[in-house]
Amino acid sequence: MNKWGVLVSLVLLSSSAWAQTIRIGVLGPMAYLQGRHTWYGATLAAEEINRAGGIQLNRRSYRIELVRVDTNEMVSVPDAATAVERAIVAQRIDFLIGGFRSEAVLAMTEVAAEYRKIFLTTGSAAVGLTAGRVDQNYGRYKYIFRVSPYKATDIIQTTLLQLGEVIQTLRQQLNIPQPKVALLVERVLAWDPVIEPASRIISAPPPQGYGAEVVGVWRPSAVATDLTSELTAIQRAGAQVIFTLLSGPAGTAFGREWGRLKIPAATVGANVDAQQGTWLEATSNLGNYVATINFIAPDIAITPKTIPFVVNFRTRFREIPIYTASGTYDALYILADALKRANSLEADAVIEALETTDYVGVGGRYVFDKLHDVKWGPGYVTGIGVQWVDGRMVTFWPRNWRVGNQLVGYAGTRPYQLPPWVVEAWRR
Amino acid sequence: MVLAGVLVNGLVLSGIYGMLALGFALTYGVARVLNLAHTAFYMVAAYTLFFLVGRVGFVEAAFLATFVVVALALCAYRLLLEPLKQHESTVLIVTIALALLLQELLLLLFGGQFRSVPALLPGFVEVLGVRVAQQALLALGFAAGVLLATWLLIKGTRLGLRIRAAAQEQEAAELVGISLSGAGYWAVGLGGLTAALAGLAVAPLANLEPHMWSPSLLVVLAAVVLGGLGSLPGALLGASVLAFAEVLVVNLVPGGSFLRTTVALLVMVIVLLLKPEGLFGTSFVEER
Repeated sequence: MNKWGVLVSLVLLSSSAWAQTIRIGVLGPMAYLQGRHTWYGATLAAEEINRAGGIQLNRRSYRIELVRVDTNEMVSVPDAATAVERAIVAQRIDFLIGGFRSEAVLAMTEVAAEYRKIFLTTGSAAVGLTAGRVDQNYGRYKYIFRVSPYKATDIIQTTLLQLGEVIQTLRQQLNIPQPKVALLVERVLAWDPVIEPASRIISAPPPQGYGAEVVGVWRPSAVATDLTSELTAIQRAGAQVIFTLLSGPAGTAFGREWGRLKIPAATVGANVDAQQGTWLEATSNLGNYVATINFIAPDIAITPKTIPFVVNFRTRFREIPIYTASGTYDALYILADALKRANSLEADAVIEALETTDYVGVGGRYVFDKLHDVKWGPGYVTGIGVQWVDGRMVTFWPRNWRVGNQLVGYAGTRPYQLPPWVVEAWRR
Repeated sequence: MVLAGVLVNGLVLSGIYGMLALGFALTYGVARVLNLAHTAFYMVAAYTLFFLVGRVGFVEAAFLATFVVVALALCAYRLLLEPLKQHESTVLIVTIALALLLQELLLLLFGGQFRSVPALLPGFVEVLGVRVAQQALLALGFAAGVLLATWLLIKGTRLGLRIRAAAQEQEAAELVGISLSGAGYWAVGLGGLTAALAGLAVAPLANLEPHMWSPSLLVVLAAVVLGGLGSLPGALLGASVLAFAEVLVVNLVPGGSFLRTTVALLVMVIVLLLKPEGLFGTSFVEER
């Protein structure tokens, strides 16, 4: 073969290799744990899929190629939108996965919709990400699917179930018939509509509610770095439980000061900072006994795939995976599954396949509803409740969650543990 | 009981804010440098302490952190601020750029996740029935001690006299043989020292992350402007007004506690409308 023949062969070979690669943009704030774990989760999944022969479409084998897109979304929403546009236009991304901060994910999904790129989100719980978009303007927003976490209203439902468990513990162990509950809810849009119904459920008599007493609602800023005044006011109000809804840095400030001042009230709810393996380091070990909703834990097999994923992740990256890792890992498999079923890279065919997804991943069974949100509840994804006890993240919910005639629980869960200073303060 | 909560929490928060504001007021008061990187220096002290505390003892780590920050402040003054001192707006931009540079450097070195610095004094005590972190009381004591030591240095020593003279009337100070440059270095060095001490006293009460300098800077600016730019007692009083305003909001309107900073800044605006020079400041006419 002469030199021109070699050159032509090389060009053909490289173009053929290019055609057999699916480029996936992995979006996240990469300087932060949330973004880093998004990348790690995608990396694990892509390596496994590629090792297993890639994705077969039309008898051709496609390799997954990940493109790391640092969105800088913690600092700047415009940066995030620009990063997505650059990824689509300059880096020729086929699909998008990731995103964390709701405001940024909203902007990034607008860009994805504009360019008609399928985007599986794995960080934002904002209801408005899908509601009012996929249902009201399907043509534009059909490209958005929320894999993880589930939407904020489902998070509230789960955290209220976990609060019920803690109220029951107070009744049984400390003989408090009507526990006093303080609501500590950061001021963000997502939580505004839930305070009134949550208060109603907490104070309504059983079986409609928990028969507890709401002693007050405190609304610090989501970026508050000092909650001492709120906590001492909650203590003065005589609260025995603090129901938290904290997704910003206020979560760490809360854990640190709650532990330092030994506020005599058990804590439960949502505290995104406490979902991370770095929680105790971030709170100088003062965050022991803080409980929060979570979506993965080191020792609980939500499905048969959970523990192997956690073990592989910890071996490879030496960190406990947070939900952006497990969500992104599952999202990539969900996408691969949809591509295989669609047998095409064409967006509408893939969307149709995604809409009929029924996939068991590490976080549960994923089935999308009409809004492209994952279905919540027994048999689907439920989330879990975790508590930091003696330096370890321990799962306490669901243990004996009664749904109709069914008892739902995962093996290895342990009862919620009241902090010793709470027991000491309220023992009767 | 609400009153006790307001009183105790307000006082403790005053100590934290006061500790942060003192060094800033000192640098401006005696060197006439508006150093917007001041809280970034405090952040560097906290991170250095975090990095070293597991490797050497706490005392050694605290000493080294202080040394690093004072050296950083002096280098910044020598290389960036002294040549530009006459151009106030340029100094503002350069110090903000320096703070952003330090932020990005720390982000690169330590990542964005929260870290914590161990408290010098762990645990809490009850004051008037209100639980107070011992570290917060330490910050309050530190603030009072630093104010006293600075006051003694400025008012009671020849060095203090030189620094004051250089700050008040530069030409006259030079005529009597005072080195303006030397006085500036002393003032900036002292400012760096107080930033480092704030890092040791206040950082254990804060979320350690590379953007922590900017909310602190807002508080510091508000406190020193409210108290009167350059006045040390004014900075402490400004810090106290802001702190008590915040604590009052949390205690009286729990559902609106996210408004605590807004209300505190509103108090600042009202005070400035009534007394534009701040509580202890020199009036603008006099300044000119």
